[in-house]
Amino acid sequence: MGLFFDPFDNLLCILLGISFTVWFTLLLVFIIVPAIFGVSFGIRRLYMKSLLKIFEWATLRIERGAKEKNHLLYKPYSNAIIAKEPTSLEEEIKEIRRSGSNRDLDSASEFEMSDIFYFARRGVESIMDDEVTKRFSAEELESWNLLTRSNYNFHYISLRLTVLWGLGVLIRYGFLLPLRVTLAFTGVGLLVFLTSIIGLLPNGRMKNFLSEKVHLMCYRICVRALTAIITYHDRENKPKNGGICVANHTSPIDVIILASDGCYAMVGQIHGGLMGVIQRSMVKACPHIWFERSEVKDRHLVAKRLSDHVEDKSKLPILIFPEGTCINNTSVMMFKKGSFEIGSTVYPVAIKYDPRFGDAFWNSSKFGMVNYLLRMMSSWAIVCSVWYLPPMCREEGEDAVQFANRVKAAIARQGGLVDLLWDGGLKRGKVKDTFKEEQQKLYSKMLVGTQEDRSRS
Amino acid sequence: MGSRASTLLREEEIEEIKKETGFSHSQITRLYSRFTSLDKGENGTLSREDFQRIPELAINPLGDRIINAFFPEGEDQVNFRGFMRTLAHFRPIEDNEKNKDPTASEPLNSRTNKLLFAFRLYDLDRDDKISRDELLQVLRMMVGVNISDEQLGSIADRTIQEADQNGDNSISFNEFIKVLEKVDVEQKMSIRFLH
Repeated sequence: MGLFFDPFDNLLCILLGISFTVWFTLLLVFIIVPAIFGVSFGIRRLYMKSLLKIFEWATLRIERGAKEKNHLLYKPYSNAIIAKEPTSLEEEIKEIRRSGSNRDLDSASEFEMSDIFYFARRGVESIMDDEVTKRFSAEELESWNLLTRSNYNFHYISLRLTVLWGLGVLIRYGFLLPLRVTLAFTGVGLLVFLTSIIGLLPNGRMKNFLSEKVHLMCYRICVRALTAIITYHDRENKPKNGGICVANHTSPIDVIILASDGCYAMVGQIHGGLMGVIQRSMVKACPHIWFERSEVKDRHLVAKRLSDHVEDKSKLPILIFPEGTCINNTSVMMFKKGSFEIGSTVYPVAIKYDPRFGDAFWNSSKFGMVNYLLRMMSSWAIVCSVWYLPPMCREEGEDAVQFANRVKAAIARQGGLVDLLWDGGLKRGKVKDTFKEEQQKLYSKMLVGTQEDRSRS
Repeated sequence: MGSRASTLLREEEIEEIKKETGFSHSQITRLYSRFTSLDKGENGTLSREDFQRIPELAINPLGDRIINAFFPEGEDQVNFRGFMRTLAHFRPIEDNEKNKDPTASEPLNSRTNKLLFAFRLYDLDRDDKISRDELLQVLRMMVGVNISDEQLGSIADRTIQEADQNGDNSISFNEFIKVLEKVDVEQKMSIRFLH
């Protein structure tokens, strides 16, 4: 019996050995070496095109399935579901009053019981559909991309589609996920290791040069670890030393996407654990700006460190996400004015993800970081476009808030995102009372204003 | 797997809601998706906090009164049926509905029911009368700190004087209807769906 099993065991070992070697060679040749030199074979783009064709087919089958059963499909609409008129408080209330009275407008009364209609309707409109809360959850897709997480109609799936979906699961979890995890570990490991070595060198041109190369290489490996297919536009506007780069924020992956195309000084809070290890070794090779937990609250300290950094022209441009939190990539929310007060050139960058291949938005109240990364690595791909916008400076007579809004409008326009004035902090916090007070003031003017006219006549 | 609009709502339920409120199939599924996205506790009902999380509603001076309209007397949770029943008041009135069978019960979005919704916003203690005190309180919500007590008091007095017909110094629902008989309630208290 023993004799029977031994040669079989040997054969198994040999086969395993060969497949491992082949696996690692392929990995090295097709992924790691191009990452080091910044070239691409175009495999990912081909992959993207074939996936799109499959998704179209899948959507058609679902529609056919629903028609057969004579049911209506759930069609998500990312735009508004109700008609909202953009009229102001004053205009609308005047209209309501006009329709209700046959008195002439000069002696219009100060208060009508029908005024309440305006507030009631606006209130119920916001209950049916509001501009803010939908920005904090993943965008709904119109076609199905073979991921259960984005399916709303799954009882219309035919057998063929189920088989395809099953195949998709096998490929994603059996092949892509292990591949990506390996690459991720390689990338991060190399980053920590090499930056620590470079940290031992004396400060100078050699150190900066090597640090740049190492950072770029490791970020490129991480990009491949996510199968991120990125299209960069207008690279002539890339941020230069002494400037501040601002971008809209959708997920922590934004950092990897931008840093694989250029070198930036990162800003952030020092964490514990693995994140902290990475941060501490990165700062050995080139000056990033990490804050202790306690220092983050001190706005003057933060502003001072940032302005010291930008004044030193030998240091890299700072990368900042002024929204302060992750938004779901359908809109841009209020930019915090801190980075716009410093007075250096601002280089805006717009990042737009294509949600068909995998939703990149990090819903931090729903998923932790590890869970999020696993979801990213088990979706098809991360496809996004990056636009480098022309640099902007604060103009005469413009304060930080106006400047911030101007930059935000430019980013929203380029990325095709909705420009909102609401604070991203509303994800977790309550809205400030000042907004309600503004509404009350507007309405009071309508009541009291007419009284002033009366006393005049 | 997360909440899926069309799967958790059964066809029979959709039909029942359709009959009761008059919303179409797709409107009901859309609003169900909205309901589940507001339901942070994922227990099939909404609480007052769930509504207050909507920033545009929180800054509405009458936000709390509107939220209150969804909750029947003494209750703290509203389910999807209750949610739809209240929203149905704002459905636009269609032409073919005007000639409906007069013996059938009045639809939720009739002119009278729209006026009743507005009346209830004023009537704080739900005693079917708007007293001077209640009117003052609601006015105070709408104007904040910008108008003095005396001015607001005289506005309230004038309003009740004009509306009150039976001399009880408060406004009943019929008096309310009379005051607003010329206002285009159908249009001003209706929300149009795009699909």
